[in-house]
Amino acid sequence: MREITYAQAIREALREEMLRDKSVFVMGEDVRMSIWATDGLVKEFGEERVRDTPISELGVVGCAVGAAMTGMRPVVEIMFDDLLPVCSEQIVNQAARTRYMFARNIKLPIVIRVPGGGGVSGAGHHSSSLEAWFMHVPGLKLAIPATPYDAKGLLKTAIRGDDPVLFKEHKLLYGTKGPVPEGECSIPFGEAEIRKDGGDVTIVATSLMVVKALKAAEKLAEEGIDAEIIDPRTLVPLDESKIIDSVKKTGKLVVCHESWRRCGVGSEIASIVAEKALEYLDAPIKRVTTKDAPFPYSPTLEEYILPNEAEIIKTVRELIR
Amino acid sequence: MLEIYRKMSLIRSFEEKIHESHEKGMLSFAKGFVHLYVGEEAVAVGTCANLRKDDYITSTHRGHGHCIAKGARLDKMMAEIFGKRTGYCQGRGGSMHIAVSEIGILGTNGIVGAGIPQAVGAGLSIKLRGTDQVAVAFFGDGASNTGAFHEGLNLAALWKLPVIFVCENNLYGISVHVSCSTSVQDIADRAKAYGIPGKVVDGMDVLAVFEAVREAVQRARRGLGPTLIECKTYRFRGHFEGEFWKPSYRTDEEIDQWKKKCPIARFKKKLFDMNALTQEEAEAIEREVASQVEAAFKFAMESPLPEPESALYGVFAQQQEVKEK
Repeated sequence: MREITYAQAIREALREEMLRDKSVFVMGEDVRMSIWATDGLVKEFGEERVRDTPISELGVVGCAVGAAMTGMRPVVEIMFDDLLPVCSEQIVNQAARTRYMFARNIKLPIVIRVPGGGGVSGAGHHSSSLEAWFMHVPGLKLAIPATPYDAKGLLKTAIRGDDPVLFKEHKLLYGTKGPVPEGECSIPFGEAEIRKDGGDVTIVATSLMVVKALKAAEKLAEEGIDAEIIDPRTLVPLDESKIIDSVKKTGKLVVCHESWRRCGVGSEIASIVAEKALEYLDAPIKRVTTKDAPFPYSPTLEEYILPNEAEIIKTVRELIR
Repeated sequence: MLEIYRKMSLIRSFEEKIHESHEKGMLSFAKGFVHLYVGEEAVAVGTCANLRKDDYITSTHRGHGHCIAKGARLDKMMAEIFGKRTGYCQGRGGSMHIAVSEIGILGTNGIVGAGIPQAVGAGLSIKLRGTDQVAVAFFGDGASNTGAFHEGLNLAALWKLPVIFVCENNLYGISVHVSCSTSVQDIADRAKAYGIPGKVVDGMDVLAVFEAVREAVQRARRGLGPTLIECKTYRFRGHFEGEFWKPSYRTDEEIDQWKKKCPIARFKKKLFDMNALTQEEAEAIEREVASQVEAAFKFAMESPLPEPESALYGVFAQQQEVKEK
C-alpha cells in the first residue's frame, strides 16, 4: 500500500467526503492557506466550501451548530486544543446536548477537528491535550487517531455520522507517514486496535503516545518483556472489551496519554479496569501522563512534564519486577 | 390581521394557563425554570407573520411565544412543559428546550445568547444550499452583551447572510436594569459596528414590528444581508414564575405604565377603529383561543410521563435506533 502522511490522510478524507456529499464543508481560521490538512482544497472546492473564518471560535462553532441543524455537515477546524475553552459553550451545552434534549427532532452532524499536543515549545496556550474534558460530556463522540490510516478512516466515519464528533489530532503526528488505502477506508468508532501483541503487560496508549509506546516496547523486548499495546482510537465510544481482555491476559496495565494526569483519560480507563477486571490484576495500575502543570515554554521544562519513552520503560520494568 | 390578533391572544392565554398552573403548584417540580412571554406578544407575532414555514428561528429561555407564533402545536408544547412523554421533546427539554424541526424552530435555549450564532449558521446553510429562506434570531437585551451576539453579528454581516436579529429589549436581565448592563441606550446602535442596518421599533405595537421585520426579511431574501431590529418591550410578569424578590426591582407604577401599553388591547382597539373587527368576532376569537388552550392543557394532563429508563436513550444517533426498536 502507498504511504502518505497523517496530514495528507486527513486532507484526503476531507476531499473524498466533500466530493461524495455536497453538504460537507470546511471552515476555520486560515483553512484556505493551510499547508497541512486543508492544503489546496480551496482550489478544488472554492471559498464557499473551504471557508476562512474570523478568529471567532465561539461564533464559528455556534454557526456550525446552526448549519448542522439545517441540513449541512460542517467540519470545523479549531487551531489548538487551548482554544476549545473559548468555544466550549457551543460544544458542550449546545452541540453535545441538542439531539438528546430535543429528542431527535434535530440532527447534529458536526465534526470539530483540533490539532493538540505538546512538544513544540508552544507554551501555556498552544500545547494542551484536552480530550479528558470532552470525554466527560455525554453526547459528544471523541476520535483520537495515532496513524495516517486511522486519521483518514475515522474522519470519514465522523463526517458521515449524525453525532457531533471532537476529532483530536496531534501536531507532531502530521508529518508521520504510514500506509493508507486510496478511496474508501472508513473505520467504525469504538474498535480499538492492538498495535502489538504481547503477554506480559498491557499498555493502553493514545495519539502520539502510541508511537512512544511502540518504541518503548522494542526496547522492552530486548529485555525479554513482551508488551501488548492497545490504541483505543476513539475514546467515546471506548472499546472496553479489548482493554479488559488484554488485562485478563497480562494482569498488568499502564495507561499512557498526553492529557494531564488528574482526571485524565487514564483515570477513566483505570476505573473501568478496576471495576470490571480487578481480580485479574497482579500489580497496581500505572499511568504515564503529562505532569499536572501548565505547559512551560523552555524545552528543558516542557520535556520534564511530558510523558516519554523512558518513563514508559521505567514504569513497565517496575511492574514486571 | 385577525390572524395576528388571534395569535397574540393565543400566546397570552397559553402563558396565563401556565401561570395559573404554577400558582396551583402543578409545576413545582420545575423550580423557577419557566419564563413567561406575557407582554411581549407583539414581537413574536409581528416577526413570525413575515416568515414562511421553511424559515428558521432560534429562540431563548422565554420562548413559548416564539414557538406559538411560528406555528408550534399548543398541546405538544403544553405536554413538554409538564414533562410528559407526548411533548415535543418527550419531556427531556421542558420550557427552555423546545424544538420543532419541521417548521423551522431550531430550539428555545437555556443559555443567553447561544441561539444567535446558531441562527447565523442556519443563514450560512441557506446560502450554501442556495435557497431563499431566512433565519431569525430572537434574543433579549441581556444577550446583546454576550460575545455570541457580537461574533454572530460580525459573521452574518461579513458573509451577508439572510439573518434577522430581533432583540427583545424588555429592560431587565433578570433583575438588572439595562442601564446598568448595557453601554448604549439603543441596542440597535450596535448594528453600526458591523455595518448593517439597525432599527428601533415600538415592541408593543405589532404592526410596527411587522413592518420593520418585513423590510428586513425582504432584504435578506434578496441577498442583501442581515438587519438588527430592537423591539422596546416589557414583560408583565417576573423573570421566572415564582419570582420572590420583595421589594421588587421594578415599581408597581412602572409595571402599570407598561400594562397600559398592552400590545393585544392596543391592537384590538386599532382593529375596532378600522372596523376590521367586531365585538362579536373578538369574543368568538377569545372563546376559540380559550378552548384551544384548555384542550392543550387537558392533553398534557392526560398524557403519560416518560418511562424513567428512556432517560438513557438517544444520547447518540445509533444508540437510539438500537434501543427504541
